[in-house]
Amino acid sequence: MSEGAPEGASAVELLRTMRRIRAFEERVGVLKRADEVYGLIHISIGGEGVAAAVCGALRNDDALYSGHRAHGHAIAMGAPTDRLMAELMGRADGVCQGLGGSMHLVDTAHGLMGATGVVGGNIPLALGSALAARLNGSDAVAVVIFGDGAVQAGHFNESVNLASLWRLPVILVCENNGFAEFTPRSAHTNVERVSDVVAPYELESATVDGSDVGAVRDAFAGFLGAARAGGGPFLLECLTHRLRGHYEGDAVQYREALAAEEWQARDPIARLERLGVERGWLSTAEIEEAQRAALEEVEAAVEFARASPWPDAGSTERLTYA
Amino acid sequence: MSHELPYIAAIGEAIQLEMERDPTVLYFGQNIATTDDDPFLTAFGPDRVRVTPISETAEIGMAVGAALAGYRPVVELYMAEFMLVAMDQVVNEANRFHYMSGGKVRVPLVLKAGYGFTAGWAGQHTGSIYGMFVGVPGLKVALPATAADAKGLMATAIRDDNPVCFFHHYLLTLEHGEVPDGEYLVPFGVADIRRPGKDVTIVATGWCVDRALNAAERLSAEGIEAEVIDPRTLAPLDTRTILESVGRTGRLVLVDQSTRHGSVSAVIAAEVADEGFGLLRAPIKQVTALDATIPYSEPMEAYILPDEDKIVTAVKQVVGQAPVAAKT
Repeated sequence: MSEGAPEGASAVELLRTMRRIRAFEERVGVLKRADEVYGLIHISIGGEGVAAAVCGALRNDDALYSGHRAHGHAIAMGAPTDRLMAELMGRADGVCQGLGGSMHLVDTAHGLMGATGVVGGNIPLALGSALAARLNGSDAVAVVIFGDGAVQAGHFNESVNLASLWRLPVILVCENNGFAEFTPRSAHTNVERVSDVVAPYELESATVDGSDVGAVRDAFAGFLGAARAGGGPFLLECLTHRLRGHYEGDAVQYREALAAEEWQARDPIARLERLGVERGWLSTAEIEEAQRAALEEVEAAVEFARASPWPDAGSTERLTYA
Repeated sequence: MSHELPYIAAIGEAIQLEMERDPTVLYFGQNIATTDDDPFLTAFGPDRVRVTPISETAEIGMAVGAALAGYRPVVELYMAEFMLVAMDQVVNEANRFHYMSGGKVRVPLVLKAGYGFTAGWAGQHTGSIYGMFVGVPGLKVALPATAADAKGLMATAIRDDNPVCFFHHYLLTLEHGEVPDGEYLVPFGVADIRRPGKDVTIVATGWCVDRALNAAERLSAEGIEAEVIDPRTLAPLDTRTILESVGRTGRLVLVDQSTRHGSVSAVIAAEVADEGFGLLRAPIKQVTALDATIPYSEPMEAYILPDEDKIVTAVKQVVGQAPVAAKT
């Protein structure tokens, strides 16, 4: 669906997923300000294209590891939004019984193996899942999504070396939004492109426009197919824009807000809708329906979460050790 | 039936038996299987026995991921201090996944690390740093003092569904002991009363257990009968056995090679003060290393560390036969 590769059904599917994530994230922002959603929250508006294109391509027996900004990845993996919302409200019906929260979403039934709050801490974990797939004789792959801030950490460099040495079927997906927490990439490194960092390891890598969901899908599909066929590792760098601050409540004094027209150009949903109508992959009715259904689903999720009980104190003793 | 084995070989025997028993047990580590005729490599092949680069974060993190995916990795770390460069994976990833996932996933992982090489290995290879890992939710900590316990605790660690830090003492490496043949499991959280006694309870860990037993023999010659307890695992900690012993003796001396304020003795002292203050007829005494870096120089090493004389003095203090102000 990037230039010259229209696929109608796929476009609708990607749009629906992105709309579901957008509706969820916008609602979470409102609920956070109303103190209904608890704790430290990182919202992924602007990154829906990567979530939909990458996570949407995975199977339930693949392993996805995410980080602190995980809501969109979880939704695109197939985690039910009502149980995700319950998790964000700290309720017993949450995907992690309300004990993990926004930064630690796990839904193994849909391949979401874990999400870590320490930048880069998730990268070596994906290597273990990739090794397990190899030992099992399976064509499952492991995918880990992290931000550009993780690339300067030791976890990343050690993991790239090991994954490359052992030729593991792992795809490292970097969401490069140009900001590591509160500081621009230029304050972290002289290396502009993450794909350049891994060049010495002879890792096949690509850098794509992360707000072009079709481009992300196509690039990822190539790596995914190769990893299933025994190749790996791979690195996919997606250039994205984080519309909101690092966390909800961040005053974002370190950068200028995007002008409305600039955001229109970088919003992966607006881009797909424009291009889809222009090329005839999407009808106005489909666009409206995707929006309506997403809002309806999220409202139902909020009602489900509000009705869910708090976790019981016994969970502490029950779950600290397996 | 049993056979005699050095402590380190008893650990290897447990790993080997568990790898034979369970094909999901993997063995990773730096410098393992460096020759083609390595017995582990020969028996289990290069898929299950893997040498890793000096990348503790990737090595341990990868093992955590493999554990999440259903395998049971044993990671050979040689020196406990090498774990410190990968602390995020040890104390903030491996241990938290089960709880934070609401019980969805498990991390059956053994981190095997030597400690306490106080034989001129100086400041960075000698620490008794197990105290750092006690009180980290989700982690278990095993600290064998004998060859038999080394085998039995390792087998239990491998079968445990949680991450386990298995610390073996370098000065015990070649100490021989009788080791039960075949499958042998030592349960976690069950202390071993190594010597019964009515006058004072000595709780000692790891290498200090033998020092405490020797001190107890010397004290016995002077008419003081010390009960010596080895907790064997620090998490879970068998406080019940310790409290019951203190109930019989009324006196407690804690011996631990760790720095005083990072020791497990401080934890045990707090538990006994909290749960069993009324049982005590004298203040609790701790015989630990000083809060100092282990020096290179041999006499300085001895100055820093606990030893038999220090244990004997502490016991005499709590039984009222030595002035409490005396240096321990």
